[in-house]
Amino acid sequence: MKKVYLDNAATTKMADEVVKAMNPYFSDKFGNASCLHSFGQEARDAVENARKIIADKINAEPEEIIFTSGGSESNNLAIKGIAYELKGRGNHIITSKFEHPAVLNVSKELEKQGFKISYLNVSRDGFIDLEQLKQSITKQTILVSLMHANNEIGTVQDIEKIGRICKEQNVLFHTDAVQSFAKVGIDVKKANLSLASFSAHKLHGPKGIGALYVKKGITIKKQIHGGSQEFNQRAGTENVSGIVGFAKAVELMKEKDIEKMNTLRDYFIEELLKFDGTSLNGSKENRLCNNISVSFKNVEGESVLLALDDKGIAVSTSSACTSAKLEPSHVLKAIGLKPEDSHGTIRFTLSKYTSKDDVDYTLNSLKYVIKKLRGISPE
Amino acid sequence: MSFKYSDKLMRHFHNPKNAGKIDNADGIGIVGNRSCGDVMHLYITVKNNIIVDIKFKTLGCAAAISASDLLCELAKGKTIDKAMKITKQDLVELLGGLPAPKLHCSLLAIDALHKAIEDYTIKNQLK
Repeated sequence: MKKVYLDNAATTKMADEVVKAMNPYFSDKFGNASCLHSFGQEARDAVENARKIIADKINAEPEEIIFTSGGSESNNLAIKGIAYELKGRGNHIITSKFEHPAVLNVSKELEKQGFKISYLNVSRDGFIDLEQLKQSITKQTILVSLMHANNEIGTVQDIEKIGRICKEQNVLFHTDAVQSFAKVGIDVKKANLSLASFSAHKLHGPKGIGALYVKKGITIKKQIHGGSQEFNQRAGTENVSGIVGFAKAVELMKEKDIEKMNTLRDYFIEELLKFDGTSLNGSKENRLCNNISVSFKNVEGESVLLALDDKGIAVSTSSACTSAKLEPSHVLKAIGLKPEDSHGTIRFTLSKYTSKDDVDYTLNSLKYVIKKLRGISPE
Repeated sequence: MSFKYSDKLMRHFHNPKNAGKIDNADGIGIVGNRSCGDVMHLYITVKNNIIVDIKFKTLGCAAAISASDLLCELAKGKTIDKAMKITKQDLVELLGGLPAPKLHCSLLAIDALHKAIEDYTIKNQLK
């Protein structure tokens, strides 16, 4: 059976080149990067070379990049690291209603500890209310944490605009750039970023490795104590193979890949919207090159997912029908989607390996699946 | 989703044998609502106190669709009294188990059957 993987916002296939680049660091080049002997120095060189590649990609300095275990750790380290470091100066943090759980649940945890969190509204087409941001900043505000690209609906926020607001008000700015990294250009200086979270496995790199950009001069409270690795900001023996794979994945992502995904995405959206009872979630403009989030009337997302899986096609639902409360996705709720439309929402996320043939096969299968499910659904 | 549905459940989901509508049904049971994600319509035809035909139309997840289909299979050919004795546990067991958040789907199917029988009983008394 044909297999089509359209869940690249969940994770991606590792590029062959990435696997090849990593392999020596599992066997021959196994050294601990903290050791002075040649084994250690070989690993150290690989780590520092990778750090530079990632720093260059976002116009940062290598010493501003801290390797972590992934996006969730980066978000935890950024937000808790600033909150605990600056709690003497203020206890207010601003974020939005449609952040990833790795930001939302950190915020909720901090709330329990006495911090005040403002959750900004999101517009119907998926953009954070910047007027509300301006009005929400107070003398107590120590951090603004707003995501770059949304993981469910793919809308990309104007981080340079947000950065200007934060600069004017002299507040630190963190962005969760896990979905956007290497797909949307990020210049940490232009965006006045203080911190930014990245992950490797969303761009054909390995799982279990990520990074946090921390602007020079900004101190964060360490969250993992131990050795003095990563400029004494995150203890633990470096994941050398992961770091090497991460940098390779970043190097491999080219402008032409993004253009290819953009074209395929637009074609996919155009064809999907020809179906009866479909609507696109999130703006068509300022949208990730690989995200298509569509609500289908009169079907339930999980049923569509499983029926497509039967045809070899992997997609994702946005609706959290599995939660005990049957609450629809917080992202779709934040953009004001009606619960009945949330339940019929499917996210398709492309990669540079997705072909037009894959998309056509998916469109044909979808036509069949939606018709079948609507056929057994009450009118 | 951190659970896996049984093969039996997936067979009911992919090939429901009892999906459809019965025109001029003797009883109709409607449960659920769209904002919760599940809506079930159950139709029954009753002759001599026996459910001779039963069909469903369900908008919902795989658990809801397969529970509807299995319920129809179980109720078909049974007397009203026996059909009323089908429990949520029967459905869950025969579906090879359901994860906790999906248990309500089986309950929904039972509710729909009870409502259809109630509808039939009321209409029958009026005759």
